[in-house]
Amino acid sequence: MTALTVDGVGVTLLERRVVDDVSLGVPAGTWLTLVGPNGAGKSTLLRAVSGAVTHTGTIAFDGVEVARLRSRERARQVAVVPQDPARPDGMTVLDYVLLGRTPYVPYLGTESAEDLAVAGELLDTLELRSLSGRMVTELSGGEFQRAVLARALAQQAPVLLLDEPTSSLDLGHAQQVLELVDELRSSRGLTVVSALHDLTTAGQFADHLVLLVDGRVVAQGSAQEVLTEELIREHYGARVRVVTDPQGGVVVVPLRSRPAGGIRDVGGVA
Amino acid sequence: MSSAARSEPDTATPTLRPVRLPRRWLVGSLALLVAAVLLGLTVGPAGLPLRGVVTEIVNLVPGVDLAGGLDDREAAVLWQLRAPRVVLGLMVGAMLALAGAGYQGVFRNPLADPYLLGVAAGAGLGATFAIVSGGSRLLVPLAAFTGGVLGVAATYALGRGVGGRSTNSLILAGVAVAAFLTSVQTYVNQRNTDSLREVYGWILGRLLTAGWDEVLAVLPYIAVSAIVILAHRRLLDVLSVGPDEAGTLGVPAARVRLVVVLAATLGTAAAVSVSGLIGFVGIVVPHIVRMLAGSSYRIVLPLAAAVGATFLVVADLVARTVVSPGELPVGVVTAFVGAPFFTLVLRSSRRSW
Repeated sequence: MTALTVDGVGVTLLERRVVDDVSLGVPAGTWLTLVGPNGAGKSTLLRAVSGAVTHTGTIAFDGVEVARLRSRERARQVAVVPQDPARPDGMTVLDYVLLGRTPYVPYLGTESAEDLAVAGELLDTLELRSLSGRMVTELSGGEFQRAVLARALAQQAPVLLLDEPTSSLDLGHAQQVLELVDELRSSRGLTVVSALHDLTTAGQFADHLVLLVDGRVVAQGSAQEVLTEELIREHYGARVRVVTDPQGGVVVVPLRSRPAGGIRDVGGVA
Repeated sequence: MSSAARSEPDTATPTLRPVRLPRRWLVGSLALLVAAVLLGLTVGPAGLPLRGVVTEIVNLVPGVDLAGGLDDREAAVLWQLRAPRVVLGLMVGAMLALAGAGYQGVFRNPLADPYLLGVAAGAGLGATFAIVSGGSRLLVPLAAFTGGVLGVAATYALGRGVGGRSTNSLILAGVAVAAFLTSVQTYVNQRNTDSLREVYGWILGRLLTAGWDEVLAVLPYIAVSAIVILAHRRLLDVLSVGPDEAGTLGVPAARVRLVVVLAATLGTAAAVSVSGLIGFVGIVVPHIVRMLAGSSYRIVLPLAAAVGATFLVVADLVARTVVSPGELPVGVVTAFVGAPFFTLVLRSSRRSW
């Protein structure tokens, strides 16, 4: 079953074609990751999917067009983990997670006991229960990212969009967050669409990679098919070595054109 | 209470308490409000006995008729002079504080106040025209109200034309509209120096009333506006993550902004029309509440209404007693008393915007 269909989608921002004729199908319960150089249109495509920017073409969740959905209905279909989420002043972790219940709270009403139960369950799942009364402004980067994830999951939407979810995290926390997303994807049957900078990480976590350049899809498929030295050189202008690790994953190793100061044996990295 | 607390699960899994207005703040602010009202009703050139005033108020309850009320002359002072003025102070103070908090919420800007989008300049120009034209003074509130609403309408029209979705373009449009209207007002004043004093008095703000007429005239606007703003308290919390994120959470930020601005504008224009341009309440009361009690709009809005009402009634009391039998413009008092107090709270608070 296709959870998300993107068909001939284009986005024009300030008279510039940022996304151009992109078509994708994301089967339910799978993880698709958009990669591509800066300005390729990854974030804009995600914003189109979440309904934040207007688009041409068709974007549909389980057959229902996003453009036809009211904002509350849309927020029940797709949840977003933004690239640089705001940390509202004076808001506790619990209240922050409860923001994710907004599409279920009556327009001028307040949260129900059920909303509180959903938030409580997520605080347990993401190990945030002991922090529930803390202000979000006081959390570490990793803790806050878990709170953002909890807020998105509180929307109980079948599709989860992640825009560079690990850009402000160190290696360990980045890994933890992505593992967590993958766990949730399999346990809750979520369909995940993410944009990631780090190609190695992208290859490790996605079922399907899409290389976006200048708003167009130039390659898609498995990590082995998309993360090739030729494609990366051509579209990123980067010299890399692509190595297959013993577990079958693809590792993208950046190379310097000149050896770094003092170290001559560049070949030693593998 | 304590037995219920003991039966709750251990501290490793703390109970989840979503934000709500803390009872002690609610009770405290209402107590202050009642005290301010009683003070405002009893103190004046003709002092009224507190006991008699309370008895008169209790006697308003249908079927209650206690002895020990005021004599006829005192009752007339209470019901024809003091009460309308105190009630008007409550309404205007609550409205300005609510509108200011609402503006700060939708624009996510600590400097926002109810006059941000041109209400003040529009109302000022309207009142100036009405005063210099020499017509009936009863037209001044109507002209001020119309001018205020038109000022904000001009800001919205200009802001939308300039910059689309950004709130900054709207705020900048407000600056331009206010500057333009103020310059027109200054010109009109220069040409009519004989009425300058009266215009100036209006601009500084005052709660002079001829009775209940003003109260009844602005009540519908202020009531509807206050209810609409208070009803948006949770949505204003959602907007604190910014319009884009609020959009992904299912809240159309632009629409919420328009509704809150519309309500705040109508309420402010109504308040300004009968009170002049009372400064300081709209920007400072929400901040004081926020710093003392918490920044959720579920706390800020109701408390700001109560504190704003209290503050203006007390300020008006000061305005009409310190230079008795004369009277200071209440806007002078709000800033003179409010600014040092605000600085004090600001210094003792660790919270920042």
